[in-house]
Amino acid sequence: MSVNGNRPLLEVEDLVVRYPVARGLVGTVTRTPKRSVHAVDGVTLSVRAGELLALVGESGCGKTTTAQAVLRLVDPVSGAIRFEGREISRLGARSLRPLRRRMQIVYQDPYESLDPRLRVRATVEEPLLIHGLGGSKAERLEQVRAALARVELSPPELFLERFPHELSGGQRQRVAIAAGLVLEPKLLVADEPVSMLDVSVRAGVLQLLDRLRENGLGILMITHDLSTAARFADRIAVMYLGRIVEEGPAREVIHDAQHPYTRALLSVVPRRDPRHRKRPQILTGETPDAVRIPSGCRFHPRCPVAIDDCRIHDPELHHPRDARTSEHKAACILV
Amino acid sequence: MSGLLQVEDLHVWFDLQDGGELHAVQGVSLAIDPGERLGLVGESGGGKTTTALAVMGLLPPSASAAGRVLLDGEDILAGGEATIRPHRWVDIAIVFQGAMNALNPVRTVASQIVEVLELHGQAKGARARVQAGELLESVGIPAGRGERFPHELSGGMRQRAAIAMALSCRPRILIADEPTTALDVMVQAQILELLDALCRDFGLALLLVTHDLPVVAQLCDQGTVMYAGEIVERGSVDDIFHAPRHPYSRLLFAATPDLDGEGDEVASIPGAPPRLDRALEGCPFRPRCDRAFSPCVSLRPRLQTVGERHAAACHLNGVPEDARERQR
Repeated sequence: MSVNGNRPLLEVEDLVVRYPVARGLVGTVTRTPKRSVHAVDGVTLSVRAGELLALVGESGCGKTTTAQAVLRLVDPVSGAIRFEGREISRLGARSLRPLRRRMQIVYQDPYESLDPRLRVRATVEEPLLIHGLGGSKAERLEQVRAALARVELSPPELFLERFPHELSGGQRQRVAIAAGLVLEPKLLVADEPVSMLDVSVRAGVLQLLDRLRENGLGILMITHDLSTAARFADRIAVMYLGRIVEEGPAREVIHDAQHPYTRALLSVVPRRDPRHRKRPQILTGETPDAVRIPSGCRFHPRCPVAIDDCRIHDPELHHPRDARTSEHKAACILV
Repeated sequence: MSGLLQVEDLHVWFDLQDGGELHAVQGVSLAIDPGERLGLVGESGGGKTTTALAVMGLLPPSASAAGRVLLDGEDILAGGEATIRPHRWVDIAIVFQGAMNALNPVRTVASQIVEVLELHGQAKGARARVQAGELLESVGIPAGRGERFPHELSGGMRQRAAIAMALSCRPRILIADEPTTALDVMVQAQILELLDALCRDFGLALLLVTHDLPVVAQLCDQGTVMYAGEIVERGSVDDIFHAPRHPYSRLLFAATPDLDGEGDEVASIPGAPPRLDRALEGCPFRPRCDRAFSPCVSLRPRLQTVGERHAAACHLNGVPEDARERQR
């Protein structure tokens, strides 16, 4: 849980990101109106120092775009992004640069994200060189060692001169994390950090993130795996079609889910215990495409409990009547 | 037990470019009865997929196999392509993880199924088209969508189409290799429900190959855990989860976070699987095992019965007297 009681490290308010849809030749000639994908359609979230927020949802729900916008890798259409209290959603490339080292990202696939020709030492040192930090060569090496030690690749000497192909998947992901940590960021965005790793090593990487969080790092973890979120997140935000539909402390979202979408998602997560076989509540159809967002509540066409009002009324995130804590929010008019 | 499919002492070697050999499957035996669902689990490189490919006779040219694969008692491995061909797709079919790779991108889904039906003499012309429509509907693809190209379908729909195609000749055994790995959890649930219904309603036997233990726990009756090319434990999924007799099975479950296992310590298994391009000595899992003791160093444990339909290859269950002899 967060210790820093005052201001969140990251605050995102009503963030909107759209991508234009190519009209094609016929569309251009016939002057079909330009359309866009509403990838992120009004997202509000916050991450405190020493806190792990898991952003969960199915592919295409906008969770990765949200993360990219937070890091200013894509430009938002509207909304506010405050990092350490400072509004950064409109900053230009030059002003962003010093901020970049304070917010780092770890990608899903450590087989793709590491340069195969660079030794571990060079991979971890590179961010320092790019930002012109780290002092002398010897001082930089010291920081590289320290970063490797933080990701529990020890002793660092054993790994410094290795190439990615000489490392296991788990070790590669640790190197990728070390390359992020060497700049001593305050916020780490982890986009599906373990989904490409073997089951047997996933837990180790997650525990590493957990320890970094304990030491004060704020982590925004993008994941589609609710079991992982349940075990490792402080708070969980559930996204559907560009919006957060439920958000709150992890245990509340998992054990006292309020939104019908969250409930359905939870019901279909396979449990480890074969004796625990519940009838999953399988939603029919697929997530509608983000070009044509349904009217009213965007979930209503697939919602098992939707009423007429749901087609008209677009619900805001609010504190549900029966929720146990005030930090628990859901966007459904029925709760 | 009738034993619809029996694999006996299967070995697969791959020729390596440097002249060496990789012993990917090292004496695997398993059996599937009609309508049974068997889950084959373990981490990557354990030999699960290679076992499945060997059963289908789909190993690449660089591989050689030994042992027996019996279908209704007939060895379909010994005679190579000639003995497996009459049974492939007709009696045993397979679906892979990436459905896109199994489907031809420039032909509509329905026409591909028609082709399979005609090729195997199941039906011709208009009849084949009707049957293709029925097959697609049986896996939950509405009639009209069959006229679409693979890229026009979502990942879930493509996987359904691949399953429909695999079922064209009404096989009795379906091998599903990581059928839901690339899919979202809701779509995964839809596909698992489909596989469940196919087994229940048509008596299809299922060999589910996956690294995802919870999927096996939910869908299968029997589980088989593979490590370093061999089976280290097999039994009912209930036994393997609640009373595992091999540390690898226990640790694999412990490494998997569970939605309800809030307080559980989720722990990685330290180390990595052994290389299979050199001979293994002792228990292949010993370097990563939390309960290894002296016999594990030199003596390779063999699969031994530890209960009803439950077997494990671990010295903790007793070191057989004659093991040293057999080991030679």
